[in-house]
Amino acid sequence: MFRIKSTAIDVEALRAGLGNPAAGALCTFEGLVRNENEGHDVLKLEYEAYEPLAVTEGEQVIAEARDRFGVLAAVCEHRTGLLEIGECAVWVGVIAPHRDEAFRACRYVIDEIKHRLPIWKKEYYANGDSGWVNCERCAEHGKHEHD
Amino acid sequence: MKRVTVKYFAMFREHAGVAEETLQLEADTAMDVFEQTRPRHGCREPLGHCKVAINDRMVDWSAPVAEGDTVLLFPPVAGG
Repeated sequence: MFRIKSTAIDVEALRAGLGNPAAGALCTFEGLVRNENEGHDVLKLEYEAYEPLAVTEGEQVIAEARDRFGVLAAVCEHRTGLLEIGECAVWVGVIAPHRDEAFRACRYVIDEIKHRLPIWKKEYYANGDSGWVNCERCAEHGKHEHD
Repeated sequence: MKRVTVKYFAMFREHAGVAEETLQLEADTAMDVFEQTRPRHGCREPLGHCKVAINDRMVDWSAPVAEGDTVLLFPPVAGG
């Protein structure tokens, strides 16, 4: 199950949904909003997603993780909107009979989510500038002078 | 000429000043749409890590564009 959320991720509810008597391992990853990136003080983040394709691709990543590692279940939620420092931006949970496949599948899901889904992240800096992560180098105008 | 609806996201949307627009383009492929709308989305790299979808399906840059299609131009992603 993959879901885009515009409100806070309920970690306890997601974790509770992964109950399974065959599970010997639950591996989770929480991506948090950090106060620094590449030497710049970050005040907050804004995530934008193109939800129809993000969900399709996210479900595909989850299916791949199940097929590759034989885990019992995998779930992921990703935030959109404005997030403050310390907030959970993305959560991944995987249950499996044993820890090794749970760790590997969890790592696979977060890595693929980061690289494949149409989701973008804008950082707001302490100096008043802002910038789209991974985008600024392809911009025509250097309108955000934070390099 | 083909009537094509182009959707811009994130930095591309901010540069274009609109989320989408319908244009008349001499475009055979997704790549043609990207090139011909370059002044709009503002990308100055050949393709960089940009991606493209047509009618909500991710496609290669060589994918054909038909009259009435919606082409979605995605700047480099940064989820997580």
